[in-house]
Amino acid sequence: MSQLQVKVAAIDDVSAGVRHFTLVDAHGGELPAFSGGSHIVVTMPAPGRTYRNAYSLLSSPENRAHYEIAVHRQPQSRGGSIYMHEQVKVGSVLDISYPVNLFALSRVAKHHLLIAGGIGITPFMAQIHDLERLGGDYSLHYGFRSREHAAFADALKARVSQRAVCYDESLGQRMDFDALLRAQPLGTHVYACGPQGMVEALVSTARALGWPEHHIHSEQFLAPPVGEPFTLKLSKSELEITVQGDMSMLEAMEAAGVDAPSLCRGGACGRCELEVLGTDGELQHHDHYLSDADKASGRKIMPCVSRAKCGYLELNL
Amino acid sequence: MSLAFKQETFRDDYTFRNSPEAIRRFPFPFPEDQYMYSVNIEPHTPGPKGAVTEFTLDVDEHYVAECRDKAITLEQDPGRCASLPHMMDAEWDFLEFTMESLARDYPEQFSLSKNGKEWTWVNRPLGLEQSFVFGDAATLPMGPFEYMGRQVQGDFVLLDQREDTLFADAGIVTSQADWSLAFNVGMSWHEWHGPVPQVTKLGVMDRALKFLMSLQQGNPVRRLNWTMTINPRLDTSPENYPLWGGDRNKVNAQNAGELAHLRVELQTLFRMPRSNAIVFSIRCYLISMEEMATYPRWAKRFHRVLRDLHPDLVEYKGITKYQQAVVAWLSRFDDGADIGIGTQPE
Repeated sequence: MSQLQVKVAAIDDVSAGVRHFTLVDAHGGELPAFSGGSHIVVTMPAPGRTYRNAYSLLSSPENRAHYEIAVHRQPQSRGGSIYMHEQVKVGSVLDISYPVNLFALSRVAKHHLLIAGGIGITPFMAQIHDLERLGGDYSLHYGFRSREHAAFADALKARVSQRAVCYDESLGQRMDFDALLRAQPLGTHVYACGPQGMVEALVSTARALGWPEHHIHSEQFLAPPVGEPFTLKLSKSELEITVQGDMSMLEAMEAAGVDAPSLCRGGACGRCELEVLGTDGELQHHDHYLSDADKASGRKIMPCVSRAKCGYLELNL
Repeated sequence: MSLAFKQETFRDDYTFRNSPEAIRRFPFPFPEDQYMYSVNIEPHTPGPKGAVTEFTLDVDEHYVAECRDKAITLEQDPGRCASLPHMMDAEWDFLEFTMESLARDYPEQFSLSKNGKEWTWVNRPLGLEQSFVFGDAATLPMGPFEYMGRQVQGDFVLLDQREDTLFADAGIVTSQADWSLAFNVGMSWHEWHGPVPQVTKLGVMDRALKFLMSLQQGNPVRRLNWTMTINPRLDTSPENYPLWGGDRNKVNAQNAGELAHLRVELQTLFRMPRSNAIVFSIRCYLISMEEMATYPRWAKRFHRVLRDLHPDLVEYKGITKYQQAVVAWLSRFDDGADIGIGTQPE
């Protein structure tokens, strides 16, 4: 896969635990344009292991001079967000993927309802640029824990105050998904990005109200959960690899030099899907890609975020 | 290969011919004696110097004549170019993509200068110069997709990605192998692939769709497809079937070398930046059996492929009426020797 090389041009702290990075082309050229909702995968060469995390682009998609991302320091980080906060400085050079959009605005929607929770505001920052440019009809609802966690709230108020509603949980302000969704005109698409509980509540409310499945969009990038070590057997490669507890199967395969397919690395896109040939334990699915039936079949797994509680797991790779 | 553009026609008197250089670089698609439909997608990385895959978009000796033929078809039937209203971002992406690639790869023929959003495009082979404002369609003589679609060889379909599938929501299609843009525009992936035989049971289309949905900017892919055409005709559309369909009855074992052409499509797919659309490019290369037989290895290979082709594919590709005549014409080149794996000529 072709990659881009960028240099960190600026670092700012925008809210509690959230650091904002401005990235420019390392060779002084233009970066590719993108569509609002896109993310990049940042490669972090930490000592002893490499992290690759997906971050939404929040800058204007038309601005090819730089990209902006915001990284929330995860309290239970395996190391990726801590690396971004502690190791990456102004002038650091990073490899990133080309922008990928798994959270695109529907171009046939009559109205766009954007629902953000916390750091989940980032993809909407870029989508709002697209909607303003295209004259799209939209409204943004942004919830956060308190003023000090309200990344970009002031910028949004300045840019699109008439379309943005903020909810400060510390003041008891909460979104009422049921009322909000009931009030939308026909042809509305809803987009949710934020904490898992918020996204699941929004999606289940929309389904219960009979919203068409293709009008409900959500994005959550998962970090691979920590688990117990096990042995991964690769039948075609004829390899046995130990997957450490704080490593994903995908990372373990890459560290062993196996050319495994991947794209988002967060359980969303489906690119890394592999066939399960056998295990002496049980699969632990964490992705948002496989259907419940696929998960129950025990024959498919997404090695970027899922793992197994077992002695060995054999995959067809 | 030199870019001396030929004066030739793809209709009426059919003066199209390949130079020896064009034959040498022909994208012959058969590495083995047996052919079965497959996805056969590979990264669209630069091929060897002179190959049709050397650059992002291939410009060859037929460029001017093909653009002229495209203009005739569009004049007779403007419906060969269509774009749904939500595809305007994709149209501009397409314009930028084609202008930037052509200017970068063929600087003697094309140039693009930018001053912010004020761009100037120069196409020397077609004698065009156009200043316009990027993003403002009123500053071009026609929509951005049609404007550049007329200046690149081959057909283009713009695919919008939504609802977990791809929709063919814009297209400029003037050199198609018997399919209709007017019929297909707005269709989803599984709708427009419905007629392809043998693939549903193979799960081929599901896998290909999944692959393309995660196609990345900067990482285009390509595949070859093929069929046959009688006379070097680009516009073998269902709309104009009366103009070419009957030619299939005129082929016999004596004239097949001249009349029958292998038609290879170099299909490339590129993810676009602003629209997240996919550009599907279908570039048609034609070669007569006589031209092909200047490399007997190709004639042997194609003889075996055509002779043993699955009956469903013979029917689907529309070659039933003249398959035996072409096989008979090619048989003189086939001594039955093992020619190994690979598409290369001698």
